[in-house]
Amino acid sequence: MARVEATMAGTVFNVLVSEGDTVKSGDDVVVLESMKMEVPVSAEDSGTVRKIHVQAGDFVNEGDALVDIES
Amino acid sequence: MIQKVLIANRGEIARRIIRTCKRLGIATVAVYSEADVKALYVGEADEAVAIGPPPVAQSYLNIPAILEAAKVTSATAVHPGYGLMSENADFAQACIDAGLIFIGPSPEAIRRMGSKVEARSTVRESGVRVVPGSDGPVPNADTAAGLAGDIGYPVMLKASYGGGGIGMQAVADEASLRQAFASNQGRAKAYFGNGEMFLEKQIVNPRHVEIQVLFDREGHGVHLGERECSIQRRHQKVVEEAPSTALTPELRSEMGRAAVTIGRAIGYEGAGTVEFLLDADHRYYFLEMNTRLQVEHPVTEFVTGLDLVELQLSIADGQPLPLRQDEIQLRGHAIECRIYAEDPVRMLPSPGTISLLTLPEGPGIRNDVGVASQSEVSSYYDPMIGKLITYGETRAEATARMLQALSEYRIEGIKSNLPLLQKIVSAPAFAAGEVNTAFIEKLLKD
Repeated sequence: MARVEATMAGTVFNVLVSEGDTVKSGDDVVVLESMKMEVPVSAEDSGTVRKIHVQAGDFVNEGDALVDIES
Repeated sequence: MIQKVLIANRGEIARRIIRTCKRLGIATVAVYSEADVKALYVGEADEAVAIGPPPVAQSYLNIPAILEAAKVTSATAVHPGYGLMSENADFAQACIDAGLIFIGPSPEAIRRMGSKVEARSTVRESGVRVVPGSDGPVPNADTAAGLAGDIGYPVMLKASYGGGGIGMQAVADEASLRQAFASNQGRAKAYFGNGEMFLEKQIVNPRHVEIQVLFDREGHGVHLGERECSIQRRHQKVVEEAPSTALTPELRSEMGRAAVTIGRAIGYEGAGTVEFLLDADHRYYFLEMNTRLQVEHPVTEFVTGLDLVELQLSIADGQPLPLRQDEIQLRGHAIECRIYAEDPVRMLPSPGTISLLTLPEGPGIRNDVGVASQSEVSSYYDPMIGKLITYGETRAEATARMLQALSEYRIEGIKSNLPLLQKIVSAPAFAAGEVNTAFIEKLLKD
């Protein structure tokens, strides 16, 4: 199981995937927002989205789990 | 005579405005969100009013709360600073309707320059060159391809509602345009809820050079020369300077006249900035007009000896401009570095608590900062926490002072872009004055 983590502290602006979706390596899965900047976070591995840990509006710290992907 | 100014802003620019007001004997009112209760500017203003929770939509963009703050403190004028409400025509109108002086141009002038399409047509009619483009939304890839063929490749594809570079891409030919159109439209739709696209001719690696203008109520206008703002990351400025190494006195006069022509065409009042792209052949194209004080205004203050906030206040008071164009002298050289709370390598935001802040001092050094040791840098607001500006009789002297000052600057507790700034200002290409909008990208690659 590969875990996609927050690349910075901020708010979850948008979750782009649902549990059960198939994603490819490099696909954007979550958009974070901090200090007026929207930063897409992408999957490092291809696979199926097993669990989404956050929803829009949540505050996350750098390194927090966003999405679990099973290859 | 303006007696009490409410500052509808926060951070370093609120402190900057308070400083000039104090010197002129004008009372100040700060407004603050719950996240800014302990901010420096709040303690420095004569009065301060809480206007809501941390998100800007509920505080710094909350027009009724700001107008109420003006009412309870009997403020007679509002200074919007930059960003936030500064280019919001509805806010300017609401201030006027509430009997307040809005320190800036008319709502009509803000509106005309705020609409990209209308600004371009106004400027074109005044005889100044604009970047060729679609002048509005492009519905599909076929229309885009037809238009791009007319303008000539490369073109920039941009999302109308995009930000932070998302939904934006340069394309070199029709095949890549067709591919990029669908993917960027999809990204823009997913991120911003609207996939509207437009396109412009790409000026490859241009310089970004802007002209500061001032107009009084009678319509007399002058320009204060240029600022070179090419060193950017994600289309946000990082290092600025005045004068630009690219402008001859003749080109400066010509661009200055063009900027004054544009201001006059919209009946501009107050301080404003006309931004141009300058291509490799030194042809300039109108980009946009910022109808407010700019972040980087201190470099102009250093080389002209003027206080732009003082001039904004006197113009808003109905005073005529105190000087004619031939009385404006540019002297020496000034450089500004923007201090961002961000990771210097990945350039991502780094909010948190500043455990220690030590600022450089000495002749020719100016610090405009919004924070101190123990300040909280909130994730709700812009990552820029301050500006370091140096002056010298020559560009080499201003550069040497900047390098010295950067080496003395200490920020602990959060990450900052200080290492990147040192790398930029010490680069041979910077010393040679060879800058363009691809500067940082190239520097990091080399």
